[in-house]
Amino acid sequence: MKAETRAEIESLFERYPQKRGALLPAIYLLQREKGHVDAEGTRELAALFELQPIQVLEVLSFYNMFYTEPQGRHHVYVCTNLPCSLRGSRTLLRQLEAHLGVHGGGTTADGRVTICHEECLGSCGTAPMMSVDGTYHENLDFEAARRIIDGLE
Amino acid sequence: MNVEPYVKNYLSEHYGDDSFQTLAGYEAKGGFAGLRKALAQTPEQVVEIVKASGLRGRGGAGFATGLKWSFMPKTNERMKVIVVNGDESEPGSFKDRMIMERGPFEVLEGIIIGAWAMGAQRAYIYVRGEYTRAIRTLEAAVKELYGKKRLGKSTFGVKGFDLDIVVHSGAGAYICGEETGLLESLEGKKGQPRKKPPFPAQHGAFGLPTTVNNIETFAHVPFILDRGVEWFKSRGTEKSPGTTLFGVSGHVERPGLFELPLGTPLREVLGHAGGVRGGRRLKGVMPGGLSMPVLPPSELEVPMAEEFLSQRGTHLGTGGVMVMDESVCMVRVATVVSYFFRDESCGQCTQCREGTAWVHKLCQKIERGRASDADLALLSDVPKLMEGQTICAFADAAAWPIQGLLRHFRDDFEAHLREQKCPFPESFEL
Repeated sequence: MKAETRAEIESLFERYPQKRGALLPAIYLLQREKGHVDAEGTRELAALFELQPIQVLEVLSFYNMFYTEPQGRHHVYVCTNLPCSLRGSRTLLRQLEAHLGVHGGGTTADGRVTICHEECLGSCGTAPMMSVDGTYHENLDFEAARRIIDGLE
Repeated sequence: MNVEPYVKNYLSEHYGDDSFQTLAGYEAKGGFAGLRKALAQTPEQVVEIVKASGLRGRGGAGFATGLKWSFMPKTNERMKVIVVNGDESEPGSFKDRMIMERGPFEVLEGIIIGAWAMGAQRAYIYVRGEYTRAIRTLEAAVKELYGKKRLGKSTFGVKGFDLDIVVHSGAGAYICGEETGLLESLEGKKGQPRKKPPFPAQHGAFGLPTTVNNIETFAHVPFILDRGVEWFKSRGTEKSPGTTLFGVSGHVERPGLFELPLGTPLREVLGHAGGVRGGRRLKGVMPGGLSMPVLPPSELEVPMAEEFLSQRGTHLGTGGVMVMDESVCMVRVATVVSYFFRDESCGQCTQCREGTAWVHKLCQKIERGRASDADLALLSDVPKLMEGQTICAFADAAAWPIQGLLRHFRDDFEAHLREQKCPFPESFEL
């Protein structure tokens, strides 16, 4: 990791009675730099937090928002839990996957977009919806969603 | 951008006004009046007021807030911690996101009052990682309070009252909404719930005395302190006073949030949402998030408060009301529900890890028209082996909705066995 990332992580330690409390925020910071946390990143975090690499890895693998594999430049999550499904989100997801040529979740061949279904994003009153790089787009139909995704670089 | 509540009451009165998310705008609307009244009283008096108000936690379990606060040790040997549960992940629930995005200072004022009452020096607001806007909004609000020296050393100018507030982002795991799973996660670990006892008030975050309350719970507190116990109790029911933000989703004309007194009849809640879409007939309602058993249309008069819903075999949960019209295949609903719980089981307890997988497999088999009577019998049995058998309530939450669907819509399941296919061609796609 870069020296700036390391310094930013170290500055978080004082917010927690035990520095391990800063592990989740630290993983976010490393992901911001590299997109995902690879084996080297795992070892670096372990050293920084005085943990074994396996202890970092079990945290990485427990949470949906942490990635140990390279990701597309943009993340598109389509919510498919019950409230969204009732309003057609699974049909929408299938249409978007067909449009992108990705099936059952994954990354486009050009590495532009990773698309996945997601379990309830807390936007049940404005279904169907998707989250693009953390920004919510709500009350969607296929055309509106396609335009947003096609507009991603 | 979320849509502000269609029906407002005290909590959401100013949610349409963007300036309400700034310190100046919040104070212009009378913000911090409750805190000032709290600081003029002893911590013990404030705990007594919250107890007398009858406020119940809005995170799903409905535990008495004042009583929970009174569990915190009175001594100051160790740092005391408040943890605010903003890990709203219950499918069908989207109220806490609204409160964090539109009323961040209501939450912060409630936390500061809680810190005064319980003698806490640190508060962590744990917000689910997907809620990036809520996280930014809360962070900006906390920063503004530090900028005006209202937090940290001598919080709100009170000597000896030193409170620090940290906004902490989760990373996508439903189980972290369970309070001890959340504490593990806050400590930088997998969010696997802890065995209790010890309870958080003795051994909570980082081993310190801790109280965990939901976002909405804290947002009600300033109003109770400012306007008084009698005012608060004049809304809602005797056992469940105050309002809540009901989130109505699914097959209604106008899905969204509606701030209504607890105890409002379900029929009235649905009426605010414009009723069932396209004049279709209602098939069922899940009244309290995905974990809570479904109600049939014959139960529409039920007052939406825990003491009434629990008599009908379900619960208020988080007030997330999911509406299903006559087109819906309840076996598909069971398939979606069971997929979610299989996916989110933390894997710690066998009954839950194995049970959720079995239940999902059986639902899928029935939905595809490949199941036998024995499979349906098994689907009735497995949830019984899950509930009450595990470290946390997740297995109950996974078992209950399946049991509810089987109780009220067994015909749907049997029709799949008989016809060896899904007999609901108009139902939502899986």
